Amino acid sequence: MSTNGYYGNYGGTYIPEILYPAFQELNREFEKIKNDSAFWSEYCDILANFSGRPTPLTYADRLTEHFGRAKIYIKREDLNHSGAHKLNNALGQGLLAKRMNKTRVIAETGAGQHGVATAIVAAKLGLKATIYMGREDVERQYANVFWMKRFGAEVVPVEYGTRTLKDAINEALRDWVSSFETTHYLLGTASGAHPFPAIVAFFQSIIGIEAKEQILRLEGRLPKSVYACVGGGSNALGVFQAFLPDTEVELVGVEAGGKGPDSGKHAARIAYGTGKAGVAQGYKTLFLQDEDGQMRDTYSIAAGLDYTGVSPILADLSEQGRVRFEAATDDEVTQALELVMRKEGMIPALESTHAFAGAFKDMGGTSKSDIILINMSGRGDKDIFNIAEGLKDDEWTAFIERKQKQYEQSR
Amino acid sequence: MTSGQPLSSANRNSMSSLADEIVAKRGQKRILLMTHQILGYPDFETNYEMIRLFAECGVDLVELQLPFSEPIADGPVFLKANQEALNRGTTVEQCLDFARRVTEEFPLSFIFMTYYNILYQYGVERFVETARSIGIRGLIVPDAYPEESPEYLTACKKHGVEPILLATPYTPEERLQYLSNETGGLLYCVARKGVTGAKTEFDQATTDFLSRCRRHAATPIGVGFGIQHSEDVEYLAGKSDVAIIGSQLLKLLEAEGLAGVRKFLLELKAVTEGR
Repeated sequence: MSTNGYYGNYGGTYIPEILYPAFQELNREFEKIKNDSAFWSEYCDILANFSGRPTPLTYADRLTEHFGRAKIYIKREDLNHSGAHKLNNALGQGLLAKRMNKTRVIAETGAGQHGVATAIVAAKLGLKATIYMGREDVERQYANVFWMKRFGAEVVPVEYGTRTLKDAINEALRDWVSSFETTHYLLGTASGAHPFPAIVAFFQSIIGIEAKEQILRLEGRLPKSVYACVGGGSNALGVFQAFLPDTEVELVGVEAGGKGPDSGKHAARIAYGTGKAGVAQGYKTLFLQDEDGQMRDTYSIAAGLDYTGVSPILADLSEQGRVRFEAATDDEVTQALELVMRKEGMIPALESTHAFAGAFKDMGGTSKSDIILINMSGRGDKDIFNIAEGLKDDEWTAFIERKQKQYEQSR
Repeated sequence: MTSGQPLSSANRNSMSSLADEIVAKRGQKRILLMTHQILGYPDFETNYEMIRLFAECGVDLVELQLPFSEPIADGPVFLKANQEALNRGTTVEQCLDFARRVTEEFPLSFIFMTYYNILYQYGVERFVETARSIGIRGLIVPDAYPEESPEYLTACKKHGVEPILLATPYTPEERLQYLSNETGGLLYCVARKGVTGAKTEFDQATTDFLSRCRRHAATPIGVGFGIQHSEDVEYLAGKSDVAIIGSQLLKLLEAEGLAGVRKFLLELKAVTEGR
């Protein structure tokens, strides 16, 4: 997609000098595997036999009936092993790390899905793993922390900055400047210094390759629109790339609207028009920042979308007018989640539910002859505490209180 | 080896005034000292007191770091200082005003250190021009990767502010030559991998790295990252033109106050004078 690491005005490699050899090696090895069909076959083979790919494309008949407009199809990345699309990239980069003779991987994680995927891949491939996670996210997503540790990964809570995804990325970079000789930085999103956006987009492209083939097989034609949530941008690019040449297919990225555009509490860099071009964390993109260039504190109900930057590839596709950006607020997301659970028996992750909420808002502009495709990037079991809180489920709260008493008594 | 010739032997026709000045001072000292302040931490008053001490204790160059919210090259000590400076409301304008004041008052060579986004938002050329008008001699911007930052390098050249580039023990020969060509004022030799603040073992590997740097550099060279004791500076005298001390001063300030910093600086001064 890019020859020099730039996508229009965005991208690049803004790294400390010490990482020069690490990026040289990574660029060299990525170029090799990119054009190596044997590598791609090995990758697809493990995905099939370990992770259960291809993931289905489910016709959401009851949601379709509910709206009475376009036919709704859902790409089921929640059915990947690990419960999210993150495994695709973690496995691909895990194989790449082995090729580079690295014995350890490090990763940042927001919601914890990439951390869990990395921990799983490290266990499966026999690598050591350290996962950096903002303290705030550790609290929001403790279930995933539990699993990472059980898979044998070290989980390091990051106490600096806003204690969210961006700070976890900084901390992983600080580890890498000391450890690059033995360690691969397994970056989880299509952001960061070149070649990371290209690598992550490459491994996630399997989502759209499958989805396009599936919709053509089921319907014999392409969808009117494809929806995906956008934090860093990996699942969105994953599903969008295969449809990029088909200009009749509208691509829609849905960002975290948090408490709305005027609240200042959101992570909508593009949809709310408040992201400005800047350079941080190794690359140039649209960041939510103040006039001096200090990154702003972002907010979302979904930890995985709570990020100040966005993939440089998506920033460019937005500028070109190829991807439309929208935002869904916490409230819209909570409502959409209830609807999806009751009508389709699925639990999208809070992150993924943003894609549903964005699509539902557009349903009025579609007709029965249209098809829309929503990428369900992950499942929401991990969010049980947040969802229960968001839905104000008193029975759940009572259960937690009983459980706590039980622990206290057994102490 | 006491005072003497500058260590790099390449031709000096194109040499800048900052490099000239370092060379001239090296005629009187075994090694020069460059110290560091994160502006706004713990507050500007303390920054001022520290700089007054630097001037009193024979420091030659001072790095003024403009705080940034994502300081990826900094270790825990500086990371916390960046963050607290910002929490206290430190702005770029305040830092520039402070720099204007100290450059006028103290006969030290001041250098700005910060991250690229601070320049980018201010306007790269405007920032360099402003720095020059304040009397700032050079800039250290660790994430302004030279291949990606022609705008920055050009602005520096145009306005006569030195873009100080970094080299590391992992920099291959060919790239070391490239960095030596592009750097201005001095070549900043990072003594080890990792972030700022951790101890460096100065040994034969350091010596080999520094002689490699000297072979390529047309400018003087400076060594930073992990200098914590006067013995480290003693070891580097004769191998580097400048010793760069950062995190250790902040650790001392926090543990022992200005008096502790003063004592340490006087120890270093004795080393530079060969006493």
